[in-house]
Amino acid sequence: MMDKAKGNERKRTFLLITIPILVLFFTFNTLPLIKGFIYSFTNFKGYGSYEWVGLRNYIDLFQDARVGRSYLFTFKFAVVCTIIVNVVSLILALGLNSKIKAKSALRGIYFIPNVLGGLVVGYIFSFIFTYILPTIGQTLGIEALSGSMLASTKTAWFAIVIVAAWQSIAMNTIIYISGLQTVPEDVYEAGSIDGATGWTKFKSLTFPLIIPFFTINMVLCMKNFLMAFDQIMALTKGGPAQSTESISYLIYQNGMSGGQFGFQSANAVLFFIVIVAISVFQLSFMNKKEEQL
Amino acid sequence: MMKKKSQGVGGTNWPITILLIIGCVTIFFPLYMAVIIAFKQPSEMTNDIAGALAFPSKWSFSNFTQAMEVTDFWNSVGNSLLITILTVVIAILIHSLAGYAIGRNMGNSKFYKFSYLYIVSGMFVPFAILMMPLVKQTSQMGIGNRAGVIILYVVFYMPMNVLLYSGYLKNIPLALEEAAKVDGASTWKTYWSIIFPIMKPMHATVAVLTALGTWNDVMTPLVIMSGTGKNTLPLAQLNFQTQFGTNYNLAFASYLLALIPILIFYLVCQKQILNGVVNGAVK
Repeated sequence: MMDKAKGNERKRTFLLITIPILVLFFTFNTLPLIKGFIYSFTNFKGYGSYEWVGLRNYIDLFQDARVGRSYLFTFKFAVVCTIIVNVVSLILALGLNSKIKAKSALRGIYFIPNVLGGLVVGYIFSFIFTYILPTIGQTLGIEALSGSMLASTKTAWFAIVIVAAWQSIAMNTIIYISGLQTVPEDVYEAGSIDGATGWTKFKSLTFPLIIPFFTINMVLCMKNFLMAFDQIMALTKGGPAQSTESISYLIYQNGMSGGQFGFQSANAVLFFIVIVAISVFQLSFMNKKEEQL
Repeated sequence: MMKKKSQGVGGTNWPITILLIIGCVTIFFPLYMAVIIAFKQPSEMTNDIAGALAFPSKWSFSNFTQAMEVTDFWNSVGNSLLITILTVVIAILIHSLAGYAIGRNMGNSKFYKFSYLYIVSGMFVPFAILMMPLVKQTSQMGIGNRAGVIILYVVFYMPMNVLLYSGYLKNIPLALEEAAKVDGASTWKTYWSIIFPIMKPMHATVAVLTALGTWNDVMTPLVIMSGTGKNTLPLAQLNFQTQFGTNYNLAFASYLLALIPILIFYLVCQKQILNGVVNGAVK
């Protein structure tokens, strides 16, 4: 009898905790998601009246050159950045995990970029790209550097890659280090008896053991870079000639103040589907890989 | 990796140590430049490298005092602190409760299993899709202000934090609660007296991840608080960017002011921050 009353009390408490939380989550996450979905079928400007336009926005999305460019830019940026960040972080992590002096100080230093805000970091780098690098380029007579990287449609995207990578490497390195620490010493000992050194040792011994961490880093990187906003806001504001408009930036820019609320809602829905598809693909692909090993 | 060959048994690997120390230049150069420019006067900004990188003729704090006025520094810091601290406190209280209720029941109840998947799948929802409807919704509800931003953060960080808490709870045996139950304590009381304190390591992780994310976030306050005339620290940099004009010295003083609080926080809690970030990512 007593136990049953207790059980009910426990159940009731759990429900009293969970239901308000679900309501809160629904109100500020699912509800706007549904609203965004509904707006995507209208020609709403963000103010005034609007009409239903059916699938018009979605059809227009695929014919809109600016939207197309923003997807191309975002993917190019995200893929290149993910590769650079993971290669550099892995090398850095291997270095920081070897027998070095001042290990914790060095680790602490290399993590600094990650705690700094993306916007301010962007502003600081903007100065480097606009004044420091061109001055160096002119002094040394390097043609490619003598103009501002941010002013050319050919190089502006890579300037954003540099800034985004500078910040993300910090985070990914720390994750790789914690991965490397899970590799037991005796694996190496067994390896060195077999004569594994350098690259072979890394490829056949270390890397397979840290694949779960590689997965985390790939997924984190891809997701963060696809949603890039701060760096673009600080460095280029989408320019020059709209060559560095990320999807998030375009949705913000044209949806909030460009009178394209409905159209950009459709864009946002498409973006959402793309993010989910990529994350699911990455996770299931990596899971398979992990099982094979 | 290839550099490892010179590594003797037990000895220090000097080549790597030296390379890594040299590599720190990439971290410190932008910060060094920011400090130098922030202390200079516009007249010292010559067009060569020395203009930006040589020491100023006199170390003066005048740029900083001026930047503080221009960007309304103390109010911005106050807003950032208020938003971050309240978000972290509410997140720890609510998300740990949610993680507890859901984590303890998802094994044997479809409702809680569904609740778990429902909340955690929120991780895949980009802010871009919520942004425009949320601006409308928060202004209709009268929370297009700091309170609204805090509520939104609590909701946005819920998926990650519930995942972390419910994962952590798997390692805490039920027996602990059952002992308290026998003594007649209610579930609610048992939670706060036994489970909540035990989850302390996870609270630290959640606090660090949530704090770093909210402190540096631009987009949420930008779209939600834009009508209020109030700024967070990053938002002030964005809004006053035009007022700096070509006075880079003033701008950099302001950037530095915006970076200093988080740098101090990092210096003081470096160990907790690194642990927190690793725990959060790896779990």
